Amino acid sequence: MTPPSGETTTPVAPATRTAMRAGAEPRVSIRNLDFYYGTNKALKSITLDLPEKRVTGMIGPSGCGKSTLLRVLNRMYSLYPGQRAEGEVIMDNENILAPDADLNLLRSRVGMVFQKPTPFPMSVYDNIAFGVRLHEKMSRSQMDSRVEWALTRAALWAEVKDRLNTPAGGLSGGQQQRLCIARTIAVRPEVILLDEPTSALDPISTLRIEELIDELKRDFTIAVVTHNMQQAARCADQVAFFYLGELIEVAPAAQIFTAPKQKKTQEYITGRFG
Amino acid sequence: MTADSEVARALGRRRRRTDRIARFLASAATLIALALLAWILLTLLRLGLPGLSLTVFTTVTKSPGSNGGLANAIVGSIVQTALGTAIGTPIGLLAGTYLAEYSGGSAFGNTVRFVSDILLSAPSILIGLFVYSVLVSPFGGFSGFAGAAALAIIVIPIVIRTTEDMLSLVPISLREAAIALGSPRWKTTLYIGYRAARDGILTGVLLAIARIAGETAPLLFTSLGNSDYSGPASAMASLPVTIYQYAASAFDDWVQLAWTGALLITLGVLTLNILARTLVRRR
Repeated sequence: MTPPSGETTTPVAPATRTAMRAGAEPRVSIRNLDFYYGTNKALKSITLDLPEKRVTGMIGPSGCGKSTLLRVLNRMYSLYPGQRAEGEVIMDNENILAPDADLNLLRSRVGMVFQKPTPFPMSVYDNIAFGVRLHEKMSRSQMDSRVEWALTRAALWAEVKDRLNTPAGGLSGGQQQRLCIARTIAVRPEVILLDEPTSALDPISTLRIEELIDELKRDFTIAVVTHNMQQAARCADQVAFFYLGELIEVAPAAQIFTAPKQKKTQEYITGRFG
Repeated sequence: MTADSEVARALGRRRRRTDRIARFLASAATLIALALLAWILLTLLRLGLPGLSLTVFTTVTKSPGSNGGLANAIVGSIVQTALGTAIGTPIGLLAGTYLAEYSGGSAFGNTVRFVSDILLSAPSILIGLFVYSVLVSPFGGFSGFAGAAALAIIVIPIVIRTTEDMLSLVPISLREAAIALGSPRWKTTLYIGYRAARDGILTGVLLAIARIAGETAPLLFTSLGNSDYSGPASAMASLPVTIYQYAASAFDDWVQLAWTGALLITLGVLTLNILARTLVRRR
């Protein structure tokens, strides 16, 4: 708890501590990003850093563009011809929006977990192995240990270790979502995008996923879209508030919920709209 | 108050009466349909069963009065149905995949879908005539291969339709989840799409087999029939064509064989349908 030498010796307020944590090196830098669904502009000149090994929470009313932003970060939008992004998203000194970017490689580095659990119609084991096999060749025993590692990291191993070869569809909703997280981290990405990962889950499963997010940020840079402001407050180091396609405010979690700088943020977090 | 409740009661009576009439009509219609089906099955069993013996399966078709069987027709039907399925299924599967995964809303895709749907409802005798004109008459003879080709043309649109429908039912979220792991499109279709749609596609193939196993018209002009075992390179016997020839003949034993053959086809098709239904229910 002793602050490093050279810094102030006055006790550090929790808000400031979070601010320091959020001030880590950016892993992903979004610069002047515009996004279009056809002619409809869904994101307007977004500039935002995702600090390395921190959780960035994205909040805002429905249709504000937060999920759209996530789908830019792994180029998911490229599946759909009418959608396009302008601007830059820099990761390792490269613009991932460049037309020649290797999308499959990018997606192995930027994993994504969706709102509803999406187990593949195969066994628990194969659900994990599917993604790993796309990018790495390994022996059966190496795969076994990778699967165990991923399931352990996703806090699911104890529950499924005796049913690895049963269909994943037989797991409960919360287990399925943790399976999807395990499947994502098994590929060993650097960034994990979570798109409202708990909105389809009960409170206990939600709590487990939140604990998991807290645990995973030791190794991964995380962006989580949520409609639940308590969740953002619990999980996120920095929180970005979006409104009508614009980034209104980004600040350490403690600060944005206690002393937002923008009036719009204040109105949203106090439940005046959205 | 009392007037109101009387009106309400009258209304209730009328509704109950309408309900009874509707229920009676619907039940009667159902009964008629079921009775017809039962009638057909019972007739088949009554007339077909007495002729069922080992000879039917071991002896080829012979001239009247010489105790023939249906062995060559059964083998011919199995061979032509299997060949037709083997040719038609991959084409239908790939075309259906194209329509579901790659065509988008393109004009070409819509045209393919439209043509395939027309083919689906084309009279099968037309398909027989078509194959006769392109495979039988130019190459100098009826053959099991020509029969199989005609059956394949019937299989293709059925498999196209079920493949496209079943692949389209695979949720976008499942595809996106695979793509989000870095899966290229073809692997997503191969390992996720086909796997999720497998039972449905298999059901479509089974129903296509059931359909062609009983087809007569496409075989009349293509494989013609044969009174002995034969390879698919020459004219080949089949159950439906044999039934067609025997049922209207003047010989009692041939008529009996026709009924037995009809029973065999019906049992075969029924089995395939039940199999298909079990697969659907398992989903």
